[in-house]
Amino acid sequence: MASKTAAAKDIITLHGSAAIVSEFFCYAANSILYNRAVYPEESFVKVKKYGLPMLLIEDESVKSFMSNLTSQISEWLEAGKLQRVVLVIMSKATGEVLERWNFRIETDTEVVEKGVPREKSDKEIMREIQAIMRQVASSVTYLPCLDETCVFDVLAYTDTDVAVPFTWVDSDPKLIANPQMVKLHGFDTKIHKVDTLVSYKNDEWDEEE
Amino acid sequence: MDAGMSTPSYLKAQVRCPLQEHFLPRKSSKENLDRFIPNRSAMDFDYAHYALMEARKGKDQSETVSSPSKEAYRKQLAETMNLNHTRILAFRNKPQAPVDLRPTDHSASLHQQPKSVKPRRYIPQTSERTLDAPDIVDDFYLNLLDWGSANVLAIALDHTVYLWDASTGSTSELVTIDEEKGPVTSINWAPDGRHVAVGLNNSEVQLWDSASNRQLRTLNGCHQSRVGSLAWNNHILTTGGMDGQIVNNDVRIRSHIVETYRGHTQEVCGLKWSGSGQQLASGGNDNVVHIWDRSVASSNSTTQWLHRLEEHTSAVKALAWCPFQANLLATGGGGGDRTIKFWNTHTGACLNSVDTGSQVCSLLWSKNERELLSSHGFTQNQLTLWKYPSMVKMAELTGHTSRVLYMAQSPDGCTVASAAGDETLRFWNVFGVPETTKKAAPKTAPEPFSHVNRIR
Repeated sequence: MASKTAAAKDIITLHGSAAIVSEFFCYAANSILYNRAVYPEESFVKVKKYGLPMLLIEDESVKSFMSNLTSQISEWLEAGKLQRVVLVIMSKATGEVLERWNFRIETDTEVVEKGVPREKSDKEIMREIQAIMRQVASSVTYLPCLDETCVFDVLAYTDTDVAVPFTWVDSDPKLIANPQMVKLHGFDTKIHKVDTLVSYKNDEWDEEE
Repeated sequence: MDAGMSTPSYLKAQVRCPLQEHFLPRKSSKENLDRFIPNRSAMDFDYAHYALMEARKGKDQSETVSSPSKEAYRKQLAETMNLNHTRILAFRNKPQAPVDLRPTDHSASLHQQPKSVKPRRYIPQTSERTLDAPDIVDDFYLNLLDWGSANVLAIALDHTVYLWDASTGSTSELVTIDEEKGPVTSINWAPDGRHVAVGLNNSEVQLWDSASNRQLRTLNGCHQSRVGSLAWNNHILTTGGMDGQIVNNDVRIRSHIVETYRGHTQEVCGLKWSGSGQQLASGGNDNVVHIWDRSVASSNSTTQWLHRLEEHTSAVKALAWCPFQANLLATGGGGGDRTIKFWNTHTGACLNSVDTGSQVCSLLWSKNERELLSSHGFTQNQLTLWKYPSMVKMAELTGHTSRVLYMAQSPDGCTVASAAGDETLRFWNVFGVPETTKKAAPKTAPEPFSHVNRIR
């Protein structure tokens, strides 16, 4: 159905958009875990995705955690109930929150209610995601070093009327006191708009601002 | 501004009504009625700053682009304001944490500098004082120790209740219960530190005045078997019985039973009112913790619980409400469970569960720091001090030779008294002195106006 005009737009359905976003989240989370050295480099394997070499973790427990996560996120996205997904990096010893990767999602409610598809070029979406991935990788230059062993967790902000499976529990937002924030690029599938923001604990060095 | 906070009722007619403006002649030179003095501690700087910045956003756009972090912060703040229709969820089965490949001393040395300079206080490993407590009943389900707000410790030894004045160190006997009514199964000081409730084996509850050593009244008919737990909420005395019932008694009126909470199927051994007095936590031998809310009172005879928490696999006697975080309850399970669990009593969610390795008989939160003290049984009979929320063990205090069933905290929050079946009552200086913590506090407070040079 894609007409071969100069714009070359493709039809995107709600289901497809949800799949794109949840897949993006999985790869972004893996990339963050690799770049922030939450897990050692050896536990990652290289795959090609979005035209870039992306790294995916091999560890079984993390893989199953991720797959559970992505399928649940996908479900919530199709219902239009997901507001944002946050990846939290905490110190293993003290449990203090060091970094917060905030993916805010805006859903086009018309699509959720009526099920109309939208049009956007696949290539364009991929380019946008590529830009984000590159930014995540380069974030290492300004984010403070994580010297200690860290663990990560994922929080999902949903509407209150969402059906929650028993595998998900209520949590506190795990905010950082006095964070530094950097806004990264976002991408838009015309059905879901994803914004990325990373907030991190102020390094002891720079006291001003 | 702070005129006459606690005026007795007979003076109220003369005190002027609050919130009404009067033009009053100056009574003393101290009264400043015609100057607006801003109260800095009452101002919400974060929101005020945000509101100011938001209004000026239009003008600023022509100038240099506001830094991305400020832009992001503004958005983040706007979002956090609308957080009431959002649920935050986390996946239950956390992924395995990465194996610590780094040598531990290397990472420890890197951390000495950036960490905040709060000195680690010395926690004495032995009890400061040990007293004899002969004939104390070694029963997990009883609550025989309580420390009142007048700094007097009450302990029940078999049929007798003794009072120990912590400021003088003197002991006096309050009452010896008759043979057929006793032994004493629970004891609890009223908030005024003067009256004490004594629960008995024959289901009676006696109210005593410790100042005059007189019995004031007996509450009958609330239970059919022994009263193992008591909790005060102003003038309401809540009693928990072996019959599984929880009864709210108004001690001022003749027919004292005002409410009955039914839900437990076995003995109610843990009973605690929250700091606000709105919620009651009860733990039973049926492994269930119930949260009851006063605002959910129904006109029927039975009141439905707010939450029923069934995660423990053993009797729950240890209950403690967090003093610095609202709606946070810590519960500890008995011999078959051995965990401490943390709950959000607003939503009923279990926030954390920690395996302690030994039955948890009692829990106490520190009033000075973010710490939790738990008392245990077999094999160490220790008291464990945990840092909250990381649940790192800060200290383990040993000394008791039998399971530490009863614990109470001094009114100033520094000392903990513990009693066990080994017939000793031990005092531990585990929570530290409040003065030392105040020095470290100002460093961690956020500075919302640190980048503004001038005020006004």
